[in-house]
Amino acid sequence: MEAKEIIARRVAQELKEGYVVNLGIGLPTMVPRFLPKGVNITLQSENGFLGLGPLEGEPMPGVVNAGGVPCGLMPGAAMFDSATSFALIRGGHVDVTVLGGLQVDEEGSLANWMVPGKMVPGMGGAMDLVSGARKVIVAMEHCTKEGETRILERCSLPLTAKSRVSMVVTELAVFSISHGEFVLLETAPGVSVETVREKTGARFAVPEKLGQMAFDIT
Amino acid sequence: MNKIVQWPDIGPLFRDGMTVMFGGFMGVGTPLGIVAALRESRVGHLTLIGNDTAMPEAGVGPLVASGQVSRVIVSHIGTNPTTGKKMIAGELDVDLVPQGTLIERIRCGGSGLGGVLTPTGVGTVVEEGKTKMAVGGKEYLLELPLRADIAIIKAKRADRAGNLVYERAARNFNPVIAFAADLVIVEVDELVEVGEIDPDMVMTPAALVDKIVLSQGA
Repeated sequence: MEAKEIIARRVAQELKEGYVVNLGIGLPTMVPRFLPKGVNITLQSENGFLGLGPLEGEPMPGVVNAGGVPCGLMPGAAMFDSATSFALIRGGHVDVTVLGGLQVDEEGSLANWMVPGKMVPGMGGAMDLVSGARKVIVAMEHCTKEGETRILERCSLPLTAKSRVSMVVTELAVFSISHGEFVLLETAPGVSVETVREKTGARFAVPEKLGQMAFDIT
Repeated sequence: MNKIVQWPDIGPLFRDGMTVMFGGFMGVGTPLGIVAALRESRVGHLTLIGNDTAMPEAGVGPLVASGQVSRVIVSHIGTNPTTGKKMIAGELDVDLVPQGTLIERIRCGGSGLGGVLTPTGVGTVVEEGKTKMAVGGKEYLLELPLRADIAIIKAKRADRAGNLVYERAARNFNPVIAFAADLVIVEVDELVEVGEIDPDMVMTPAALVDKIVLSQGA
C-alpha cells in the first residue's frame, strides 16, 4: 500500500457516524473512499455548504468545492453564505477537520500555509478550520521528499495555528496530542519505535501498550 | 425608483482610487460582466476586497493582470500566479486575511459593529500589530470592520425592486458585501416582476441594492 493510502485509510477510522467533517485539499480528499461500512458523514465545504458529494454526470451551475472544482451535492445538502460557513467552522459545529501539513510540532502547532520566499498562497480558510474544529487531524507523509522530518520540537515555518492539532497520522505512525503531551499511539505494520524515533524531531511518549495501525482490506 | 440600468451606465460609476468589494469564490459568484466593465473603464489605483484573486482569466483575475489594482485584501492568491508576481515586483500590496476573519470584518462593516473578537490567528503572524484580549480565559484578536465604496454582486435572480436570490455556492461573499458598501451593483441572470420571488426565499433584501444590470451571458 502506498503511503497516501495508508494515511487516508487510518484517518477514515477516526470518523464516526453522523460527524460533520471538513477535508482539506489533496490527501484528505481520499479519506471518504475508506470510510467503514455503515458510517455516514456530512462533508462541509467552506465556500458555503453542507453535503458535499462526488460529481455525478455534468457539472451543475454554482456547485463547486473549496478548490473551485465542480462537485456533487448529497440529498439533504444545505447552501449558505460565507459568514454562516465560518460560523459553523469557528463555532465548533465541525466535528473533525483533516488537513495536510508542512510541519507539526510537539506542542500541537501546525504550519501548512506558507514557505517564506517560496510559496505564499494565503491561508484561505485553514486558520479558521484549525482554530475552530473540534478535532484537528493532520494527515501527511512523515518526511519531506528530501527526507527531512515534518514532525518537530518546534515548527520553523509560520504557524497556521498554535497548539490546536489533536492527532497526526503518517504512513509510519499515529500520534495524539492532549493536555500538552505528545504521544505515539500506533506504529504501522513492520515499523519499529526506533524507526519512528529516528524520523521524528519531536519528543514523544510511548505508552506501555503501543497499538499497531490495522486495516480491514476486503 | 428605477434600479435597472444598462451596461453603458456601469462604467461611469467607477472612479480612480475606489475600494471595490466583490462576490465570488475562485470566480464562482463573481459578476463577470461588471468586472469587464471595470476593466474597460480603465480606472486605476483600485483596492479590491474579496475572497481570492481567482485565476488570471477568471473572477477578478483580469483586473489584477491589467494593472488597475494597487491593493488586494483577500484570503488566498495561490491560484493566480499574476497576483504573486506583482506582489514580489512591488506593484501590488497584498493583505492576506484568514477567510473567516475577512467575512466577519465585512459583516461588521455592514452591520454597524466596531469589530469582532476571533481566536483565529492567535499565536501566528496574523496577530502582529493587533489588540489581543482575553475573554473567559481564552485569547482573541480584535479584528476591525471593512467597508467599500462599491460592492459588485452576482445573483441568479432579482425582482425589479432588487430582492435577490443566489445560486448554490455562488452565494458565498455576495449577501455579506451587500451590506458593506456605499453603492451596491448587482449583475443578474434573470429579472422578474416584484412579487414573483417568495418573501421567504429572498437572500438579500431589496433595500440594500442600488443598481441592477442584466447579465449578457444569460
